[in-house]
Amino acid sequence: MKTRQLSIYRGPCAILTDLNLDIPQCQWTSIIGPNGAGKSSLLQAMAGLLTHTGSLTINGVELSTLTRKDLAKKLAWLDQGSSNSEEFGDSLSVYDTVMLGRLPHQGCLHLPSSADHISVKKTLQQTDAWRLRHRPLQELSGGERQRVLLARLLAVDSDILLMDEPLANLDPPHQADFLKWQENLLARGKTLVTVLHEIHFALRADHLIMLDKGKLHFQGSSQDPRTHQALIALFDGRIRLEKLGNDWVALPN
Amino acid sequence: MQKNYFLSKLCGLLILSVILVVLGTLLGSTGASWNVLGPDQTIVFDIRLPRSLGAYLAGALLGLAGGIAQSLFRNPLADPYLLGSASGALLGVGSILCFAYLGNSWLEIIGLNGGAFLGALIGVLASLFLAGGYRSSLRLLLSGVVISVILGAANSLFTFIRPDLFQSIQSFMLGNTTLMHWSGVELMTIALFLCLAITLIISPALDALSLGENTARTLGLPLDQLRLVLIGILALATGCAVAQTGLVAFVGLAAPHLVRKISGGRQRVQLIFSCLGGGILLLSSDLIARTLFAPLEIPVGIVTAVLGGLYLLVLLRRTPFGGRS
Repeated sequence: MKTRQLSIYRGPCAILTDLNLDIPQCQWTSIIGPNGAGKSSLLQAMAGLLTHTGSLTINGVELSTLTRKDLAKKLAWLDQGSSNSEEFGDSLSVYDTVMLGRLPHQGCLHLPSSADHISVKKTLQQTDAWRLRHRPLQELSGGERQRVLLARLLAVDSDILLMDEPLANLDPPHQADFLKWQENLLARGKTLVTVLHEIHFALRADHLIMLDKGKLHFQGSSQDPRTHQALIALFDGRIRLEKLGNDWVALPN
Repeated sequence: MQKNYFLSKLCGLLILSVILVVLGTLLGSTGASWNVLGPDQTIVFDIRLPRSLGAYLAGALLGLAGGIAQSLFRNPLADPYLLGSASGALLGVGSILCFAYLGNSWLEIIGLNGGAFLGALIGVLASLFLAGGYRSSLRLLLSGVVISVILGAANSLFTFIRPDLFQSIQSFMLGNTTLMHWSGVELMTIALFLCLAITLIISPALDALSLGENTARTLGLPLDQLRLVLIGILALATGCAVAQTGLVAFVGLAAPHLVRKISGGRQRVQLIFSCLGGGILLLSSDLIARTLFAPLEIPVGIVTAVLGGLYLLVLLRRTPFGGRS
């Protein structure tokens, strides 16, 4: 995935300006930055949800030239607030919610095939949510709901997964599980793009994109010392990075 | 397991529907008619049966319209009556009665239904336009009320221009099933099957909307086009029901709520049950209307307004008001 001179406007205000990004295939890229930097907007543009100027391509094909259904099969997107969006009435069951992830693969009557059922079962088992399958989504705790929505994301079976705050509401054991799922997905050749506030988790990604006030601050490998310096500068020197075992962690200064 | 539950609930609602239609055919303001193949044949087959089936079908159409409105706008208080589509449909009927000369009966049916459909469409679109979209529950409901008042005033103007139509328009305004004919039943049956079939095919879009607008878009659904189709179906269902029975308040609001607890979260099931619930609600109200003060009959719209008004009060107490409900 590549962007060239990518800009996004909301009315007269520029949210993102002239971004030239290279998102490596089959790797995990994390987007980080202070509040209001434009991280979620960038992810929404990548999902085809925001109109933009400049170029945004997947394997050399401009995003806007893809049909809605083709784009849905190539890109799966996890919304920052989708776990809280149910507003009234009885919500869908966990199983039916995950089945929604199969919509891009279904015909015009949207009748699930046996392959769809197998996929839903597999992803629910992967995210440790199979036992919740009969329960309404609305009745679940925040962490359980987030796992179900991750299962919905995986059920799309797309090559590129865009996740906005995927660790929201997850407890530490399930955050650790999330890292295992990421490794598993990378082993299956998926490209992962996440927006994360937890810097120590973002540092586990292969590639980091740092945004500040709608502009690119830095992009590079998460293991590169120059990336670490840029990260410290991004937060005005208010954090320091230390190595703990094989991993880098961010601590307040 | 879920499928069996669905089937048993569906069978329960269908059995209740059949019982009510049979009761509606046998009972009337002049008492019970048991000799259906003898002297009571005409009253049973030419008056009560089309009336009962018509009331049921009109209720089913309003229940479907209410279910669509509530799911589409993610608003538990949305219904054809409160969104301005019912008063728009009435205005359409009033316009046809007032300005068009329709000689034969089929032309009259098509004209009245076409006028009601267009009126309903204009009513709901005007409410959406005035509210600046569907995102704020309060704005949408207030806009619906304003549009209903304006369209209601326009309707009153018709009775002023054509005093000879006062009784016909008044009958539509109060909601009435007494003049139901077989032709109306046939038309509503076609409209119900058409509306229900299209809605069920595109209902996964409504399911997806429960995860938020953006998530639904990333699932490859043409949401804008589907929304337009659903608004068209809402207008068609409301227009068709209003053209036959007049303004029947609150059936579209109450039916989806009454069945929501037994239908679970899937829109396909909710919409089917809303249809059946609406039919049961309107036919029950019609039975009350013709037997409560028998031999005097009261317009069914008065019964649904009283029952629905009370239900709306209960619902308002339970619903948090504000931005997005």
